[in-house]
This record gives sequence, C-alpha cells and structure tokens, in this order.
Amino acid sequence: MPEQLTGAQALIRSLEYEGVEVVFGMPGGAILKAYDPIIESPIRHVLARHEQGAGHMASGYAHATGRVGVAMVTSGPAATNLLTALQDAYMDSVPMVAITGQVATTSIGNDAFQEAHTWGMSMPATKHNSLITSAEEIPDAIREAFHLASTGRKGPVLVDVPKNILTDTMTWHRPGQIKLPGYKPAVKGHPRQVKAAADLIEQSERPVLYIGGGVGAAGGGDELRQFAEMINVPMVTTLMARGIFPDSHPLNLGMPGMHGNYTATIAMQRSDLLITIGARFDDRITGDLKSFATGAKVIHVDVDPAEISKNRFADVPIVGDAKAVLEQLITEIGSRGAQPNRDAWLATLSDWQATYPLAYEQDPDGPIQQQYVIEELHRITGGDATIVAGVGQHQMWASQFWGFEEPRRWINSGGLGTMGYAIPAAVGAKVGTPDEIVFAFDGDGCFQMTGTELITASVENIPIKVAVLNNASLGMVKQWQTLFYDGRLSQTELSPTVPDFAMFAEACGAVGLRADRPDQVAAVLEEALAINDRPVVIDFACDPEAMVFPMVPAGGSNDDIALSREDFMSREDLT
Amino acid sequence: MKHVIAVLVENKPGVLARVSTMFARRGFNIHSLTVGPTEDPSLSRMTVVVDGPEMEQIVKQLYKLVHTVKVMEFEPGTAIEREIMLVRVNASPKLRGEILDAARVCEAKAVDVGVTTITFEVTGPPDRLADFLQLMSAYGVTSLAKSGRIALARDQKTAKSQTKSA
Ligand SMILES: Cc1ncc(C[n+]2csc(CCOP(=O)(O)OP(=O)(O)O)c2C)c(N)n1
Ligand SMILES: [Mg+2]
Repeated sequence: MPEQLTGAQALIRSLEYEGVEVVFGMPGGAILKAYDPIIESPIRHVLARHEQGAGHMASGYAHATGRVGVAMVTSGPAATNLLTALQDAYMDSVPMVAITGQVATTSIGNDAFQEAHTWGMSMPATKHNSLITSAEEIPDAIREAFHLASTGRKGPVLVDVPKNILTDTMTWHRPGQIKLPGYKPAVKGHPRQVKAAADLIEQSERPVLYIGGGVGAAGGGDELRQFAEMINVPMVTTLMARGIFPDSHPLNLGMPGMHGNYTATIAMQRSDLLITIGARFDDRITGDLKSFATGAKVIHVDVDPAEISKNRFADVPIVGDAKAVLEQLITEIGSRGAQPNRDAWLATLSDWQATYPLAYEQDPDGPIQQQYVIEELHRITGGDATIVAGVGQHQMWASQFWGFEEPRRWINSGGLGTMGYAIPAAVGAKVGTPDEIVFAFDGDGCFQMTGTELITASVENIPIKVAVLNNASLGMVKQWQTLFYDGRLSQTELSPTVPDFAMFAEACGAVGLRADRPDQVAAVLEEALAINDRPVVIDFACDPEAMVFPMVPAGGSNDDIALSREDFMSREDLT
Repeated sequence: MKHVIAVLVENKPGVLARVSTMFARRGFNIHSLTVGPTEDPSLSRMTVVVDGPEMEQIVKQLYKLVHTVKVMEFEPGTAIEREIMLVRVNASPKLRGEILDAARVCEAKAVDVGVTTITFEVTGPPDRLADFLQLMSAYGVTSLAKSGRIALARDQKTAKSQTKSA
C-alpha cells in the first residue's frame, strides 16, 4: 500500500535516501515541522549557534569527507544568516545542500513574519536553487539538489520549502530519473585537445603544472602524481590545492601568488607552458594579468567551461573532470617518446629554492612568531592533523609553513576569504572525520566572529582544537595599512586583553590554555593534544608587528614580489 | 558591437530572473531581452541583444545556468530579426499629408489619429524601425514604445550553435 507521509517526513526520508549522516542547523517557525521526524531519524543533527556557523560546518564536513554537507535552517533571518556560508561554498566549489524553511505558499510576497526572498537572494550565491511548490515534489527536488551539488563543478544548492508543504501529505515514492535536459557536465576531455596538450608539453622547456582545488574535488591526487612524475614537471599548488600533492615531493614548489613563495611565483612568471588543472587564474595568483607569465602558453583543464579563457586565454582548452583528463593525458603521454631534458629548468628552480626560502626568526626572548607555532605543531604531530584556518595573516602562514602531505586535510576559505570560517568548519570536519586531529589556526579577529560555535563543539562532544594566533590586531589589514598607508593604522588594533580567550573557552565548556613565550609553545601544544574529551583553545600571544612575506602588492606584477619588509621598503616602485 | 543570441531555457518559474540576475552579477550589458513560448511547451525562447566584447563568456555563463538547454549566437545577417514599435508623432493638420507619405514609404501603419498627433505601428527588421524613427524626429516624437528583438535562424545552417561543453 502506498505510504502517506507529511512533506516533513518525506523531506527527512529523502535525506536518508541520499545517505546523509549529519545535518547542521537550527530550527524555527517555518522549518519546525521538519524537526519532528528528525527525532526518530538515524540522521544526526548538530545544533549550531548561528546559521552562518551551520553553513560553514556543512562546508568543513564536505571538505574533510568529500561528501555533500547539509545545512537546514528556518526562513527569514536564518536564511539570510546562511547566505555568507553559501557564497563561501560557491566560490570554493564545495558540495553542499541547504534546506531553508519558507513562509506558507499563500503568504509569500505578503511580508509575512520571517519572510525573506530566500530564492532570489540565494540565486547568485548558489549553483542552483529551487522553491518547492508541492509535497509530491520533495523526493525529486532533494535528489536533484544532491546531484547538482556533487557533480560537474561542485557547489551549494538551496531548496526553499514553504511551511504548508511540510504539513501537506504526499504519497511516498522514491525519486525518479533526474530531468535536467540542459545539465550535462563533461567528464572526458576531447581527445584532439588531449593530443594538442601532449604536443605542447613535448615542446616545452620550462613547463609548470598549475594545480588548483579542482584536482582535489575530482579526487585526482594519485593521477596527478603519476602524471607529474611521468613528465617530470614541477608543480605549484594554490591555496585551495594544498595537500593534493605532497609538499615533501621534490616536484612540489608550493603556493604561488600574492603570498606565495618566490620559487612558485616566479616559476610561473618564467614558464613557457602552464599546464593548468582545476585552477582559475584568480587575481591572488596572477597579480596584474598583463604582466603575468607573459612567455607562457596555457593548457587549461577545467570541468567548468566558463573558467576557461575567462581571465587568461587558453591555447589548449580541455573541458572535463580533472581526474578523467589526467588519465587521458597519462595514456597519451605514455604512448609517446621521451620528454625533453628539463634538468636545467629544474636546477634553476632548486637554486631559487635554496636562495629564497620561506624564512622567519624566532627570537627565544621575543614574542611568539605564528610560524613557530605552526611548525612546532607539525613537528609534534608529525603532520598528522587536519588543519583549518580563518582568514588573514595566520591563514597565509599556515598555508606556507604547514607541510601538507594528504588531500582533504587543509580546509580554508579561499575565494571569499570569510573571516570566522575556521571554528565552525573545524566542527564540521571533526564530525565527518572523528578519528582525526582537527586543529584550527584562527586569528583573534576571526575568532570573535564565530567563536560561539565552541559551545556547539562542547555540548555536542566534538573535540576540536583551536590555536588562537593572537596578534591583538586585524593583522592582515594592519599589514596593508603599514605598507600602503604609511603606517596610519585605522581600526585594525584589537585589545590585547579582551576577550580573555582562555576564559571565553572555559565559559563555552572547552579547555582554555595560554602561551605567552616561545618556550611555552611546545608544552602547551602537547597538553592540548592530550585532551580528547573536550574542545581545547590555546591563546598564543603572538608578535603584533609581524608581516606576511613574500608579498606581491594587490594589482602589482608578480615580477615585483617583495621578499621581506626590508626588501619592500627599499623598493620605491612598491611603496 | 551588438550581438544577438537565442537562448532556449526550460519553461520553469523564475527562469527569466535567473538569466537577468546572471547578466547583472557578471556585469554584462543587456540591450534588449524578450522571452516567450516556443513550439515545444517545455521550452521558452529568449532573444537577447547584448553589447560588448565578452561574447564567449556570456555564452558560457548562460550555459552554466542549470535550466539553459541551448544557446545560439547569430552571425550578422544569418537570422530573421524583428522588432515592433509604437511611435506617436506631432502632426499638425498642415503636416499630416507629408507625415503619412513618409510613413507609407517605411511601411508604418497609422493606428491612432488624434487632434495633434498620429501614432504609428512599425514592424520589421531593426534598421527599418531606426530609419522611421529618425525620419519622424524632425516632426517631434512625443511617445515611443519599442519591443525587444526576436530572431530565428534562416532556414540553412547559418546559426553558430555552441554545444554545451565546447
Ligand atoms: C567577514 C570579513 N570581514 C572582513 C574581512 C577583511 N579582513 C581580511 S583579514 C582581516 C583581519 C583578520 O584578523 P585576524 O583574524 O586577527 O587574523 P590576522 O590577520 O591577524 O592573522 C580582515 C578584517 C574579511 N576577510 N572577512
Ligand atoms: Mg589577528
């Protein structure tokens, strides 16, 4: 006999049908009905303290597991609170499904209580969205949302569900075949283009593999390694690609761009061929486009055709899934003769690496340097931790100084640069990978945006660890004011004493620790690592004057990379 | 330079909002946009006239919308293009004859005659409308309503159809 369900039951059953194991969210009027069947459902619900937090949790979960993260919130203010997390996930192509309550169909447009035009507001912040108009649609709409979120170029999809539809009854049916006549994401690259790419690679003397987050999203790390070794070509890994390829591998030059290291950034500048895979020539990578890698031809592999030739013309465009195209390239190159000898190019790069390493000094009697905390944690854990970052100087240092060896173990907000990302994203990552150490490096500014999610972590028994790299400032902005506004600091100094982060942590049910001097760093990290029944926060009193280098000034040419503050100051063209 | 593109989209609520939001968000300039049914009830046809050099991006961004089924960019001269306008012109009794003569040449139809004005309907290729408007500006145009463009490829393989993944 066909089973009669309420829309709410159908919604939760549809999520179960997708294999959802956890939903991050917060109930409220319009979505209330859907919170009732959650009580019986095997799906875990994590109650966030703010809907932005719920969204970033879903994102952190998706990053750590590769599965679709799910957030569920009510209408109006909850939906608008979620928007930042949607845009964040959209920019970083994170697979997410957001379910928002909506006022009843009959009230839509009447400025009803807690009505917001969620569908309209989320449209440019999502890969796709929909407004459910009858309970019967629910199974298909949820299937479609998961399909869209997790295929092609991944991204967030929002489903807006009016309150009355959750109450209506429907005849349960499994979702049918997806009907999206215009949605056919490419998988394999065009064979002719793959050949053309192999031709360019064979002719190139100074090739660079320019690897972005798309390779990780496609799960193409192994193929990438095989390909890179086969053609013996050095690689740069963007902020979103850290960990896709081991940092310890001699071909990995690390992160290029505005705060990239010298070798990675200048290798691109001097290259004659950029083999671009799952990257998008973002302005943080290219600097001034006109002077970016002027001598390079471009092979551009991307699952999203709109990324190809958007910012930089591609000589060989290949639309396809990064993993599938890498397999094709491996086969194609494998059928050809030896690659040209590139020893001279590789030797030049090694020289640069030796001459211009990433460097900092930890004065044993001076304030703590953030890089030192990062390196100490790496030493103590042997790098076996999932690292999450906020946005600012600490994020750049974490990317520069943590040696990443595995995919899915570096989680940050790259495209949108959303302060406050770290703590909720760490919560989501820990829920998805409970056996891993999940360690967030957060700024004192960022922490103050979303630190209340520590309460979620404590109450729900999600033992994340947070290092507040506390420089008593909105450090990254202060750095710009120092360098480009003659040191005129405007609204970038935070209180060195308020809040007391350790006390704040304790108030949230977490353990609060502190380190004021470099010689305390290792011990306090050990102490934090030993605590596994509660979240831990360590407040590191860090150098408020430190600045992130190398640096290419915004809009400047990557050729003008400044290696240090002194280097920057000595260059009239930059100051 | 102006380009004309036809976009076949799924006939779903809100699809016009999706297209126009995308244009606004990406900073593309729409000169005109029309939308209406097609021979297939599941599809709507939009005809968009756009300014600017970013045609490749516009086509790709249109395809990126999940409800876009097909995008066709017309090379100049390869499509039948039509617009319609209603134009009200000052027409004092002593100039009426002259104005109506000019209208006849341009195949403009007088659809309303008032004491001091005549309103014309002009349908046809965009330059016919432009010519007539220019002619009438000497007399004084008091009101103008103009449709966006509609276009169909001529019955030969002239429209450059861009496949979704190319
Ligand atoms: C939501 C949001 N608001 C403002 C900014 C601009 N911004 C970028 S970095 C930064 C400072 C971050 O301070 P903190 O978290 O202490 O990190 P630090 O740079 O000091 O390491 C600010 C304000 C942003 N990226 N995101
Ligand atoms: Mg700070």
